Amino acid sequence: MIRIEPRENPSRAFAFGIPILSAVISLAFAAIPLLAAGANPITAYGEMIKGVFGSVFAVSEMLTRATPLIFTGLAAALAFRAKLWNIGAEGQLYLGAMAAVAIGSGVLDISGLLLLPLIIVLGAAAGAAGMMAPTYLKVRFGADEVVTTLLLNFTILIFLQMMLEGPLQDPMGLGWPQSAPVLDQGMLPPLMDRMRVHSGLILALVLAAIAQFMLARSVWGFKLRAVGENAAAARHAGINVRRSLFGVAAISGALAGLAGVSEVAGLKGYLTADLSPGFGYTGIVVAMLAGLSPVGVVIAALFIASVFVGADSMSRAMGVSSFLADLVVSMSLLCVLVGGFLAKYRILRTKGATA
Amino acid sequence: MGWRRRQPDLSMTQSTALRLTGLSKRFGSVVANDDVSLTLEKGEVLALLGENGAGKTTLMNMLFGHYLPDAGTVEVADENGTLHPLPLGHPQAALAAGVGMVHQHFALAENINALDNITLGSEPLLALKRDRRSARAKIEGIIERSGLSSPLNVPVGRLSVGERQRVEILKALYRDARILVLDEPTAVLTPQEADTLFANIKAMTKDGLSVIFISHKLREVLAFSDRIAVLRHGKKVGEMATKDADEKVIARMMVGADTPKVARSDMAPGAPVLKLSNVSVEGRAKRDTLNAINLTVNAHEILGIAGISGNGQSGLANVISGLAQPSFGTISVDGQDVPKPSPGAMVKAGIGRIPEDRHHEGIVGAMSVAENMVIERLDDPAIQTRGLLKRDAIQTNAERLAKAYDVRGPGVTAASRLLSGGNIQKLILARVFERSPRLILANQPTRGLDMGAAAEVGRRLLEARERGAGVVLISEDLDEILGLADRIVVIRDGNLVEAVNHDRELIGLMMAGEPA
Repeated sequence: MIRIEPRENPSRAFAFGIPILSAVISLAFAAIPLLAAGANPITAYGEMIKGVFGSVFAVSEMLTRATPLIFTGLAAALAFRAKLWNIGAEGQLYLGAMAAVAIGSGVLDISGLLLLPLIIVLGAAAGAAGMMAPTYLKVRFGADEVVTTLLLNFTILIFLQMMLEGPLQDPMGLGWPQSAPVLDQGMLPPLMDRMRVHSGLILALVLAAIAQFMLARSVWGFKLRAVGENAAAARHAGINVRRSLFGVAAISGALAGLAGVSEVAGLKGYLTADLSPGFGYTGIVVAMLAGLSPVGVVIAALFIASVFVGADSMSRAMGVSSFLADLVVSMSLLCVLVGGFLAKYRILRTKGATA
Repeated sequence: MGWRRRQPDLSMTQSTALRLTGLSKRFGSVVANDDVSLTLEKGEVLALLGENGAGKTTLMNMLFGHYLPDAGTVEVADENGTLHPLPLGHPQAALAAGVGMVHQHFALAENINALDNITLGSEPLLALKRDRRSARAKIEGIIERSGLSSPLNVPVGRLSVGERQRVEILKALYRDARILVLDEPTAVLTPQEADTLFANIKAMTKDGLSVIFISHKLREVLAFSDRIAVLRHGKKVGEMATKDADEKVIARMMVGADTPKVARSDMAPGAPVLKLSNVSVEGRAKRDTLNAINLTVNAHEILGIAGISGNGQSGLANVISGLAQPSFGTISVDGQDVPKPSPGAMVKAGIGRIPEDRHHEGIVGAMSVAENMVIERLDDPAIQTRGLLKRDAIQTNAERLAKAYDVRGPGVTAASRLLSGGNIQKLILARVFERSPRLILANQPTRGLDMGAAAEVGRRLLEARERGAGVVLISEDLDEILGLADRIVVIRDGNLVEAVNHDRELIGLMMAGEPA
C-alpha cells in the first residue's frame, strides 16, 4: 500500500529548488522524443540555448514572446489567488485587441500622447468587461466560471471573425479578414532599433511589480488572499466577498485585455483571428508554474518563452518537428506540478495490510 | 527502549470478550496511540475517556479495522469465549467476529425504512428473494430483549435523532455483535433520551453484550459504566472500577493536573445590549430557521441557549453574527437598530463573534496569525493608511495579543493553521475581546477544546460580563450552560422558550419539546 502524508515544514531551499529541479528533469524527459526523432539531445539543447541567448536578435525574440505571457500569466495568477477560475484570458485578449484596433485605426486621429493611453485604457476595459459577465453569473446564480469563461473564448473568437469580415475589416485589405492598421502614433514604441521587442514589455513588468506589491502590502490584496484561501472566514470577518471577486475579475480581465493591446499595438499593428497562438491558455500554465506569484509569473513567462523560441530555432537548425517545443512546455508543467506536490507531501510505502 | 517487559496477564479468564495488546499508531510525527492495551470482559460496560485528541477514536478505529495499527494485536472472543486474533485493517473481519460500531455521525440511508437499513449489507447481493419476514422476527426479538424501540416501517429520514441512533445499534445487534462500540452516543440526545439509552444498554449486557462507549461527559460515565479507562496523549494513563472513581479523580487523570474551577459571582443585569424583535429567518434547513423570536440580552449577563443540535442554533448565530438576513423583524444593539445586517455591520455595532466552526469560519488557515488577528478591523487607521497595510503595527499588535492571550505556536508570522485547536480559539478570543465588544456571541466556544482551554474560555466570558458586556452562549453541553449562564433560553424548532430556573430535568424536558 502507498500512503501520502503532508510534509511538516517544507524548507525554503526545498520550495525554491523543486521548480528548478523540475525544469531540468523536464528537459531530460524531452530528450527521449528528441532521440526518437534522430537528434542528439546535447547538440539540440545547445542549439536551443543559442536560439534564445545567442544574439541580441534571439534575446529580443524571446522577450517579445514573453510579453503577452506575462500579461496573461498575471491575469490567471491574480484570479486564481481568489479562487476565481478565469480560463477566459484568450477571449479577453481578443476583446482588448478589438478595442485597440477599433479606437486606434483612425476613428480618432489625435496625437500619440492621447491616443496610446486611450487604446490602453479601453483595451483593458474591454477585457475587464469580458470577465465581469461570467463573474456576475457565478455570484448571482452559482454558474461555474470555468465553463462560462471557457465557452466565452469560442463565442468571442466567432464574434471576432464576424467583426473582421464586417465593421472592423480593412477596406484596403483586398478582402482579407483583417483589421485596418493602428495609426503610427497609437503604437507602443519599440525598445531597440530594428528589433521586435517593444515597450509592452515594460508595461508588463511594471504591472507585475505593482501586483506583487499590492498583493502583499495592500488591504485589497489582504482581502483577495482571505477570500481565496477561505471565503467563509472572510465573509464572517466582514469582508465583502462579492466585491472582492468583482474587483479581481475586472483586474484579471483587464490584464488579459492588455495582452491583446500589446500584441496589436506593440507587435503586429493590425488584428487577425490568429493574433494569439493560445497565449490565454499558456498564461494559465505560466501562472501555475509561478505558484500564482506575480514575480514568479515574470520568471515563468521568460522560461516558457525561452523554451518556445529555443525549440523553434532548434527544430529549424536540427531539422526536427517544431511540435517538440510544445512537448517541452507540457513536460515542464507536468514536472513542476508533480514536483510541487512532492514538495508538499511525502509518499510512504506501508507494509501489507494483513497481519 | 530496546525491550519491553510484559506482565503475564493472569486476570485473563474465559470471560474476556476483547483484548487489545500494545496498539500503536502514528500519523506523521503525531503519535495518536502509544502501546495501548485494554481488555473488555463479557457483559461489561467500559467507558473510554480522554480529552479531544487523546486517541480514543483512533483506538476504536483500529479495533474496527478502519486504521491499520503500526504495532499491536486485537483478539476477539468467539461464542465459546476463546480469544482469536483479528486480522487488522479489515472492517469486514471485525464485523464477522462480532464487533459492531456506532459512529457519532450515523450511516443510515434516509429514504428507506428502518427495517431495510438494518438488514442492508448483511444480505447476499444476488439473492432472488429477500426473507423479510424472518428478518423482521429477528429484529423484533432484539427489540423485545433490549428495549431499543423504533418504528420499522417509516423512512429513516422521518425518525428522530434518538430513534436513528437506536436503528444504528439495532443494525449492529442484527449482525450478531457481541461487542458494541459507541462513539459519543449522547452528543445528540436530550438528558432523558441519554438515560433511556443507557438503561437499554444495561439490559443488553445481561444477555452477554460487551460495550465500550466513548464520552467526555463525566456525569454519565460515572452513572452508567462498570469500568473506566482514561487515555491521555495517546497513552493509557489509568484504569479503574467506576465505583472507586469520582469526577475529580477522573478529571485529573484526563488532564494530568487539577483543572481550575471557574469562579462565578452574582451580578445585577444592566441595560439591554441586544434586542431581537419578531425575528424570522427562512433557512434552507431546520437548523437555520427561526420563527419570529424575541430575545433580549442585557449588560452584565450571560444568556445560555440550550437545545438539541439542529433546532435553530445556526439560524440564531447567523442572525447575530450578520451572516443571515432576517426575513422579518428588527435587530438592535444598544438601542440602535441595525438596518442592514451584515458581518461588517455587526462588528461595527459592537458585536464580537466566536464562530461555531473555528477552522472553517474563524480563521483563514493559510494566512498568518498576525493577519488573522486584524482581519475584522481592516478599515482601522491603526492598521492601514490609504489602503496600504501598516505591517509593523500588525506585527506589534499580534505579538502583544499573543502574549496577553497566551496564544502558543510557531510564532505570529506562521500560518494560523499550524496552531492547535485550543490556540486557534485563543487567537479568536484575542481578536474578539481586544475590541471590548458590547455583546459577545459565543457559539459552541469550548467544543473540541481540552479542559484547560475550555476553562480559559469560560473565564474570559465571565470577565467580559464583569466588564459590562452581554454574552449569548450557544452550547449543546448543558453542563456548560448551567455553569456559566445567568438566564437560560431553550431553543426548539426555531422557537425560544425561557427556562424559569436552572433545573437540569426541566430544561431537558423543554429541549425534548415536552410541555414544561
